[in-house]
Amino acid sequence: MGPGTDMYRQQILDHYKNPRNYGELEDADIEHVGENPMCGDTIKMFLKLADDGDTIAGVSFIGDGCAISQASASMLSGELRGKSLEEVRGMEREDIEEMLGVDLSPMRVKCAVLAEKVAKDGIAIHQGDKDLEETTTE
Amino acid sequence: MSQQVEPLDVEALREDFPILQREVNGTDLVYLDNAATTQTPEQVIGAITDYYRNYNANVHRGIHQLSQEASIAYEEAHDRVAEFIGAAGREEIVFTKNTTESMNLVAYAWGLNELGPGDEVVLTEMEHHASLVTWQQIAKRTGADCKYIPITDEGRLDMDAARELITDDTAMVSAVHVSNTLGTINPVSELADIAHDHDAYMFVDAAQSVPNRPVDVEAIDADFLAFSGHKMAGPTGIGVLYGKEHILEEMEPYLYGGDMILKVTFEDATWNELPWKFEAGTPNICEGIALAAACDYLDDIGMEAIQRHEAELAEYAYDRLTEWDDVEVYGPPADDRGGLVAFNVEGLHAHDLSSILNDYGVAIRAGDHCTQPLHDVLGTAASARASFYLYNTKEEVDELVDAVDEARELFS
Repeated sequence: MGPGTDMYRQQILDHYKNPRNYGELEDADIEHVGENPMCGDTIKMFLKLADDGDTIAGVSFIGDGCAISQASASMLSGELRGKSLEEVRGMEREDIEEMLGVDLSPMRVKCAVLAEKVAKDGIAIHQGDKDLEETTTE
Repeated sequence: MSQQVEPLDVEALREDFPILQREVNGTDLVYLDNAATTQTPEQVIGAITDYYRNYNANVHRGIHQLSQEASIAYEEAHDRVAEFIGAAGREEIVFTKNTTESMNLVAYAWGLNELGPGDEVVLTEMEHHASLVTWQQIAKRTGADCKYIPITDEGRLDMDAARELITDDTAMVSAVHVSNTLGTINPVSELADIAHDHDAYMFVDAAQSVPNRPVDVEAIDADFLAFSGHKMAGPTGIGVLYGKEHILEEMEPYLYGGDMILKVTFEDATWNELPWKFEAGTPNICEGIALAAACDYLDDIGMEAIQRHEAELAEYAYDRLTEWDDVEVYGPPADDRGGLVAFNVEGLHAHDLSSILNDYGVAIRAGDHCTQPLHDVLGTAASARASFYLYNTKEEVDELVDAVDEARELFS
């Protein structure tokens, strides 16, 4: 590997090349899509809720774009399972950076937080707090 | 191009640019983002320092010595820029903030007043957002229509289509001289002829041409032409609008305020002479003077030599990058393009590529390069772009290619 390539630690490349929980969830309770128009990154998140209507029981995503955006979605899909909707809505950018394990340049933060933003907006729409067709990072 | 042009002494020229000595991520900087902004030579930095150390003052206002010196230098900077692009004189040179502001100046001062329903503005599919968005929005406000000259598979303008699209309804043709994405060198003089046959104006976006080749506004017969100082070894914050004197004379001001007026009463005002009519308020004095220094610097080297040097680097980069089957370079063939190459590596997003290249100290641009509609035509959201200037070397192109190869390996 080259002199740096810090942003592309093995973990991120692994999640990019072999995304976890990739695909559509047939019986999802929450579906939401978002894009980062500058890069062309798109992410659609699918969330399945447990019987309590508040705990995330299943997660999947589909998408296209740069390694940071797709790996972030893949890793997030694992993190969300078992969380309550409020816990997800309370997630912050720092949580995503910690999850990815890298320092992101300002230009790449948008890529990294796309999946998280899509999940949060999807939940907000589900709870009647937001009304939007599509999330964008702009 | 003349065959007698001497090759550039690049190693000597590099000494003029202190920033080229710095390191990035522990390795020598390879700066290949010159279409975005160029680096600044000591000669221009010296002009900036000289101004602030010795004669910083407001222009056109003071009787005192410093103001006189600043005024003369600032006015003469207009003369110098006029000479650089073959304009008749300072009357035809308006200093703005950048190319975008030059576009907006004409769009607001001429377009809002002159365009209406039934009028058409003809643009190209490879326009930078600076002209595309500007004319699109002015057209919306005036009821005029925008039409776009399509590009061929090779990334050139379809000139047959251009002749169909430019009609007696056309009021303005606005075209980019050298595409910042495709590297295409457009036949702007031919477009100007077609425009003039239909009594339309010709606006040339010369942001990517004035910095790196001889440009003569009279030879092109452009009615307007715009470019930015920071892409031609000058500072940011200074751009140029060239306009034919009789057209600028008839246009209303764009910004109102101090310095652009002749006489003011509570009821009315009259306008200053050209170009000051279009330079309201305190201008970027130092940057204007430094732009003239940049013109001196480039002319000393020779614009033909710079053009040839860039073309050689672009051809070399094109040839090396297209050795791989999984790399697509956009735009015309290697031997007929401006000094840049935009490309994509299959399975590797341009932003990822740029991030990895940065680890090797290689600075390129990644994204849509302010040509989103063109990227739609190309079928990609983003591309990587390496763009060259007079101080770049073939060895730096090799470093780019090696770093791209490392990125390919990492993602394979």
